[in-house]
Parts: sequence; C-alpha cells; structure tokens
Amino acid sequence: MSKHSIVRDFGTVDRVGIEERVAKFTTRSIKKKSKMWGLHTAVSMVDLTTLEGKDTPGKVASLCQKARQPSEDNSIPPVAAVCIYPSLIKEARKHLADSPIKIASVATAFPSGQSSLKVRLQEVKYAVNAGADEIDMVINRGLFLSGEYDAMQDEIAAVVEACGDAALKVILEVAELETYDNIRAASFIAMQVLRPGDFIKTSTGKVGTSATLANTQVMLEAIRDFYLDTGVAIGMKPAGGIKTAKQALHYLVAVKETLGDAWLNSSRYRFGASSLLNDLLRQIHKQKCGAYQAPYYFSDAAESY
Amino acid sequence: MAITLDPSEKDSGSKELKKKNGHKQGVPELIFGDLWEYDPAPETADPRIRQRYDLFIGGRFIAPQSGDYFESINPATEQVVTQIAVASAADVDSAYVAAQMAYETVWRTMPGRERGKYIYRIARLLQDRAREFAVAESIDGGKPIKESRDFDVPMAAAHFFYHAGWADKLAYVAPGRTVNPIGVVGQVIPWNFPLLMLAWKIAPAIATGNCVVIKPAETTSATAMKFAELLQEAELPDGVVNIVTGASETGAALTGHPAARKIAFTGSTEVGKKIMRQLAERGTRMTMELGGKAANIVFEDSPIDQAVEGVVHGIFFNQGHVCCAGSRLLVQESIADAFVHKLRLRMESLRVGDPLDKNTDIGAINSREQLDRICELVESGVAEGARLYQPSCSLPSRGFFFRPTLFTEVTQSHRIAREEIFGPVLSILTFRTMDEAIEKANNTMYGLSAGVWTDKGSRILRMAAELKAGVVWANTFNKFDPASPFGGYKESGFGREGGRQGLLDYLELS
Amino acid sequence: MTARIPVVKTPKVYVGGAFIRSESGRTFPVYDSGGQFVANVPQCTRKDLRNAVEAAAKAGPAWSGRTPYNRGQIVYRLAEMLEARADEMTSVLRQFSPAWTSAAEREVSETVDRLVHYAGWADKYEQILGSANPVAAPFFNFTLTEPVGVIGIIASDASPLLGLMTQAAAAIVSGNTIVALASEATPYPAISLGEMLATSDLPDGVVNIITGYRRELIPTFATHTHIRGIDAVATGDDATSLRRGAADSVKRVKVRQPDIDWSAESNESVYEIRNFVEFKTVWHPIGA
Repeated sequence: MSKHSIVRDFGTVDRVGIEERVAKFTTRSIKKKSKMWGLHTAVSMVDLTTLEGKDTPGKVASLCQKARQPSEDNSIPPVAAVCIYPSLIKEARKHLADSPIKIASVATAFPSGQSSLKVRLQEVKYAVNAGADEIDMVINRGLFLSGEYDAMQDEIAAVVEACGDAALKVILEVAELETYDNIRAASFIAMQVLRPGDFIKTSTGKVGTSATLANTQVMLEAIRDFYLDTGVAIGMKPAGGIKTAKQALHYLVAVKETLGDAWLNSSRYRFGASSLLNDLLRQIHKQKCGAYQAPYYFSDAAESY
Repeated sequence: MAITLDPSEKDSGSKELKKKNGHKQGVPELIFGDLWEYDPAPETADPRIRQRYDLFIGGRFIAPQSGDYFESINPATEQVVTQIAVASAADVDSAYVAAQMAYETVWRTMPGRERGKYIYRIARLLQDRAREFAVAESIDGGKPIKESRDFDVPMAAAHFFYHAGWADKLAYVAPGRTVNPIGVVGQVIPWNFPLLMLAWKIAPAIATGNCVVIKPAETTSATAMKFAELLQEAELPDGVVNIVTGASETGAALTGHPAARKIAFTGSTEVGKKIMRQLAERGTRMTMELGGKAANIVFEDSPIDQAVEGVVHGIFFNQGHVCCAGSRLLVQESIADAFVHKLRLRMESLRVGDPLDKNTDIGAINSREQLDRICELVESGVAEGARLYQPSCSLPSRGFFFRPTLFTEVTQSHRIAREEIFGPVLSILTFRTMDEAIEKANNTMYGLSAGVWTDKGSRILRMAAELKAGVVWANTFNKFDPASPFGGYKESGFGREGGRQGLLDYLELS
Repeated sequence: MTARIPVVKTPKVYVGGAFIRSESGRTFPVYDSGGQFVANVPQCTRKDLRNAVEAAAKAGPAWSGRTPYNRGQIVYRLAEMLEARADEMTSVLRQFSPAWTSAAEREVSETVDRLVHYAGWADKYEQILGSANPVAAPFFNFTLTEPVGVIGIIASDASPLLGLMTQAAAAIVSGNTIVALASEATPYPAISLGEMLATSDLPDGVVNIITGYRRELIPTFATHTHIRGIDAVATGDDATSLRRGAADSVKRVKVRQPDIDWSAESNESVYEIRNFVEFKTVWHPIGA
C-alpha cells in the first residue's frame, strides 16, 4: 500500500456510474408481503442511536425501552443494538442485560478521532470494560488523506486488539474522504485487519453528508470483493440520513442484489439511525390496518405537531 | 430452449479467484436466493388501447381500402392486444396525397415559430399521458414497464420538446447557406423502441417543415396509433403526419412511392439495403439507421463495477433489442476471469418476466420470429464451440422469453461474434493490448456504436478516435439524448438523428 | 538536315504515388479537338481499380492522422504546383477542348483558387460541423467528424480539371483518400495532373487517378465494398448502377448532374466536405 497505489490496489469507482446504479435500486417496487418482511427486517437491523452532549441516563433508559419494545405490536422484533457514548454504557447495561440487544458504543475520540492513539485505545478498553458489545471507531482521516495508509491500518489493527471479544465497526466518515475511490480504498484498508463479524460503517452522523445509497454501495461492493477474495465476511452499517422506511427498503434492496441473502440480517447489516425506527413502525402499522398513521401514535416521536 | 447450463460451469469464475489466492479453504459464494422475494408489483394504469385501429390519414382515422386487419399480440402472454389495419399501396398513396396537400397548403408556409408551438403541444400531451403510453408500449412490445416508463416515453417527449425549439431557428442549422424543407418524407421504423423511434423520425421532420408518411413496425403499431389520437388532440394540421400500418408490403409501397422526397429508415441492415436498391433508379434522398455489433471494451484499469453495470445495461437493456447494443464484450486478458465472474454475479439479480411488473429487468422477446432467431444463433454458438452461461432465473410459462446469456471462449470467426443477434446474448472475447482491442472492435461491417472503459483519460480519447463507430460511450453505455447526434459508420447506415447534425438530413441547402 | 523528331510522352496513370500502365496492357487512343491522335492512355480495368483502392486504403490512416494544419498546407501546396505549371496545364486543356485559350486559362486559375479555398477549410470545418451537445445528464458530449475512408470519384467530362479537383479537394481535406476515374472523353489533363501531384507534398496514395471506360468501371466502383463513398457525375443507368451497387455495402453516394456549373461559388462550401465525413458522438461522464 504505497502512497500512490491505492487506486491500483483497490480499483476505481466512477461517480456517475455508481449513482446510476443505485438509482435503479430506488425503482424496485416493494409491496405487500415483501414490504412487511423488509420493514420487519429493517427494524431488527437498527442501531438505535443517541450521540448528543445532552444525553442523560434518563434519555438512555428511554432509548433502551424503545429498543426492547419498539411498539405495542408484539410481532415487531427488538432492534439490533443501542448506540451511545461510553459514559452511558453502564446505564444501558442496566436496562438491557436480559435482552439480546447489543450495546454499541462509539469510542476513539468520536467523532473527529483527533486524539493520541494511546488515549483512543484507552477509551476503547474503557468502553469494553464498561460492558460494550460493539465498538464504533472512527478512522484517522488525516492519515488516510496524507497517504499514510499503513499507519492508518495499524491504528485500526490496534483497536481490533483492544476490542477483545467486542465486535468492531469502523467508521470511514465518508464525507471527509470525499471521493468514491477513497471510500473504496479505505474500506479495503480497514477490512484487511478486521475479523469476520466486524463492520465497516459510513459515517458518524456529525459532518456533512452521511450515508447515501451510493457511498453505501461502494462499501457493499468492497465487502463483496473482499469476501470473494478472502472468504472473510464483513458487515455493513450505513449511518446518518436514513430517516424513512422507503429509504431503508432501498438500502436493503442494494444489499439483496449486491451481497445476497447472507447479509440480510442484523449480524451483517445495521442501520445507524434514530428517527428511522418510528417511520418503519408507521409503515408496518399502515400495512396492517390500511390507514396512514400520525407520528404521535408512536412513542418517542420527534415530531410534536 | 434445449440449452441447459452445465453445473460445473457456474463457478469457474470463483475458482479462478481461488487459484490466485491459494491459501483459502472453500470457495466463498454469494447466495442470491429466495429469502426476500419481491412480490409482483404490476403497473395497473389503463393503456387505453382500442380494440381496432384504422389508418391515420389526413388527420382522420380511415379504414383500409382492403378492409383487412391483423392481430397485434402481447408477446408476454401471446394474447391479442388490438387489431391493426393493413395499408395497401392505394392507402399509402392516399397518405402521400394528404401529406403533399398539407405540405403545399399549410405546413411549408407556416412560420417556424407556429410550427414549433404545435410540436411543443405534442411534447406536453405526451408528457401528460406518459404512463398510459408506457403501459401500452409494454403490453404491445414486451419491454419492461421500468424502461417504457423511465426511458422510452420521456425520451420521446424530450425529442419533440427539443425539436420544437428548432422550428424557428433553422437559419442557424447551416451557416453560410439557406435551408428549405424537402417536402414529403417517408419513414419506416422498427419494433424495438416503437414510440421513441417514431419521435426520432417525426420530430425533426416536421420541425424542419416537412410532412410525413410513417409506418410503424408490424408487431408494434399500438402506440403509434395512440400517438395519432394525440395529434388530433394537439390539432396538428391534417395531413402533416400520416400513419399507415402493415407489414413489409406496406413498407415497400411507402418507400417506393414517387411522392417521397426522402426516405428515412431505421431497421435491419438487410432491409436497409433492399430499400437502397429499390430507390437506386429514382435517387431519392435517404438516411439509414441500421444494425450493429458494438464492441464494449473493458481495460484492466477501468472502474470495474461500473463497467460490469455498463456491460449488463449494454446488452440486456430492452432484451438486447437495441441496434447499438454492446453485444461483443472485449475484456483485457489480465482481468477477464474476474470480470466474467462479476458479470455472472450481477446477472443473478436480473429479473426476467412480466413486462408490466415494475421489478422486471428483462421483459419479453418482441415476437416468436425474433425468439426463434435468437435461439438459432445461440445454438450456433454452442455448436461452434463457445461456452454458454445463463443464470438460473425462472421464466414465465407462456409468452416469448429468453434468459440473459453469456458466451465465453468466443473467437472473431464465430457467428455469434459477427452477426447481430438482437437479443440478450453477449459474446465475450479477450484482448491483450490496446491495438488488439481496436483491431477486434473494428473487425466488423457494422459501425454504429462502441464502448470503452478505462480510467486513463488520454486512452479514452485515443480509443474514441480509433473506433469506427458513430457513437462512442466512454465509461458509460446506451446513453441517448435529443441533442446528441446518433447514427452509424459503414454498414450501420448513414445520416444522423438528433442534434444540429440531424436536422440537415431533413433540409435542402440553397 | 532532317528536323528533330519530338519525343512523345507515354501517358501513365498515377496510382499509389507511382506512374503505371494498366495491368491489362490495354490502352485507348485520345485525339485532340482537331481530331489528331495524341496518345494512347491506359484503359484501366477492374483490377487496376482494385489496386488503386488498395493504395488509397493504405494511405488513409496516415493521411487522416496528419494534423488539419498539415493537410491544409499540403492542399495549398497543390495549388502552388498547379499555379507554377499553369501554362502547361492550360495548353493541355486547350488541346483537348474546343474552348479558347481564355476558357482553358480560366479553368486552371479557378482550379488553383478552389484548391486554395479548400486548403483553408482543413482546420476550420470541424468547428462548423462538429458540436458540443448539451445533454440532459451529467455527461460531456461532443460530436466531431471523421473521414469516411476511400472515396470513389467519377469525374466530369465538362470541366475535366476543375470538376475533378473540386471533388478531390473536398474529399481529401478532411482526411479521405480517393480513387478518381478521369473524364472518359478528356482523360489527358488528368494524366498531366498526376504528374503535378507527384511533385507536390501529397503523400503517395492519397489521390489516385485512373483512366478508362465508365461503363467498364462504374459497376466496380459501385460494388467494391472498401470504397465507402462515391462522388459521381452521372446520369441515367450509370447513376442507377452506382446507387444499386452501393446498396450492397451501404455506401454513401453523391450523384451530380453533368450540367453542373463547376465555376459557381456554391462549389466552395463546407457542405461539400460534409458529404464525406462521418459524425462521431462521444459521451463521457462528468464525475470523478
């Protein structure tokens, strides 16, 4: 991975071409049973997230309750995980200990990653010790953009080690990488030191553009190519900007048609989202009863009008 | 289809990858199974197709003099869609009389800006009724609703919109010269893009002040006749556009009519040559948009996944019923195995079936005749030693369908590498160097289109210069626009459609 | 003392940069306007035509690959060479046509001027004929022209020099190469023209001129599939034969009437060049 060879090593992506490709996913018409399956599956893939300075134990408790039982409808599965800051892991543990819901914590000086490696690794260990099942780290974009690919990869490897048994999700922060070529290369550089069951993830949700179908597709294709080449199956987590059920279905169509059935579950695919969950619930309820639903029928709705 | 896939064939791509990364155990495979099936999502808009269509002559629907009609069937169901009139030579003659009258009394002398307004009206009316036309197109011709809805109909409307704006700007078409309309133009169009080809023909012809007698293809006349209704709504002066239907005899009467000042033909090279012979004595002006056998050339440094997508779109778009289809894949040897493997994976998620299902990627083959021709050529490919691959997708039990098909180990002398198949069949050849790619790409009597995939800008421009083709798509394929001239080199025809260049083919210089 | 016996030039045709006789060994006599025998010119055959097409095809890639500026200079050089030999060419024309000297002089000077006109187009026509196309998608889309390839020319009897060179100049300036059948009635000026071309900077094989009988050669011009375009002064059966034969290989055919006024300014036009160019449209995404 010399400074000038990432394009040669990992290939290029044409912007117009990939955007045309993902536009085709949005023309898939998902109706009836397949829609219900997609909506339920999407619920089960949500990493229900709160990453705010104003988060409190109370907020996390409420989030955990929503994660366990998204609605009164018992046919609806719990979400995959809650995603929170390290200081709130213990609070979440209290509410989720007896559930299958994972506790995911951002670490590594989220969202910028601008701290020493030592401090970042300590934060990871702190989170794992506090009970995190999954760690969402950010890559060192500075190293990547200055061509220090080996150093960037070494850092990820160090985080993998610090994770112990916890699964790792590597946030590329795609908006800061800017190009699809970079997103593809960064995906590979990360995956080369990940373990089966780890994830790569688009965004922190804290800067500019977060997940799009196109940048997610670039990463799905990288995962596919890496898998076919090595047999190591890495998971995918688009995060930020996925707010509607319709969007989520399009994202799942992309998974189905790019990686196939083996990725259509929460062990290999997650949505990093907060408001998405309620829209999924609204659409499920609408499918069942036929009437469109007001937002305030669902708990924890952001819309108060 | 007698041809079945040899199961040992299916994974050869992955095996190749495994060989290169010898340390692996087992072959990683992706599962494109039935975990999440899409439910049928049929488009239900009413196509408003009448039970029977007469000829459209002089602004009115007129029964054919013979009283004969033929059945137009839905190739996906083999059920009758509508009855279409058979125009005899006498009917064609009336159409020319009407066109000549309209030309002399109304259209030639109408100021361009007024002509333009009629054409704008047509564009708008087509946009208004876009969904209805799309459904009709899919029912009558078999193409997926996704394509008729998102491509054919909007692009047809765009052609009218674009050319409407030219009508009062013809002085800018040919700097240094004055231009005049030619007169009555005879036009014959194919069945692969029925409404779109009609738009490609009619829009520039009437924008430049000519009047038209046009014949849609025998198997796909329904949208042309619906378009005739739309012309009535637009109150286009009677006789400016006349639509006659029928088979090859009607076509011969149309192209051979002495009042035709120009013939514009889109169709097979074989028929194009016939028309050229037919008109040899009279010396009628012509434009010909004929067959193709385009090379889609993929270099090792190309954006691979977009190239895969471009190759898939290049050959499976509209069931491969595309004159500029990328029917020959030339892939650089260094990436050939990996590329073909990716192509096969991509083909796993292609959905073949009901054209009206919004999730259908590949619809019905347009006619039994065309299906037979595809089968015959595919069988020749197998017989000549090429290796066939088809994904395991299910096909509907009735109607005319064909699986997307790849051939590897194809050589330049195979029929499937030389003849236009006009179906979802891709022949894959390899090359080692750029010069070899150019030689192979140009080694054909056709010259309609070509594709180049590479990350290197200067190579794109060099390839674009060397490829003997009227359209070169670089890092893309099968793109069209009314502002972009389209047409072929060599035996793919002459003349251009679209853009400023296309207009001059409908004008006389003085 | 006996008077000196003049040495008579054996007329040969100009093919592939060489002066050759017909492979058949056949010739036909030409007479001056007073009916006096002048010489036997080659009666070229189908095979000679085939050889000329080979020469033209061989010259094509390099000729079309030259810069437009260079092609313009070479065509301009043709004008210079003709101007320098204007007297010779005038006398040749006068010898074979009933016209007075002034008409012959005019044909030569008009031919020179025509060459100058087309020389100037070499690096300009592209900007008139080509375009950048505003498509409704994120693509850079442009259309440019390319030469069609080998063009067959059937020359005019009426203006054996001006007609031929008008057709030739319009074709070669864009990078086509040509095989021309000289006027059957007045082939001799084309023989002299070949000698002038040979001393210009025109690469071998770009212009090939043969002499012979139209009825023998027209069907081959029409059906030779490597000839990609025809520019013919022809009527009736000849025109029909050209068009019918051209159908076999979808050839571009331009037929001109014999009564064409070659002096007319309309012969100087970018649209004459347009007759024998192909339009190539290139698409490329504007992405990254």
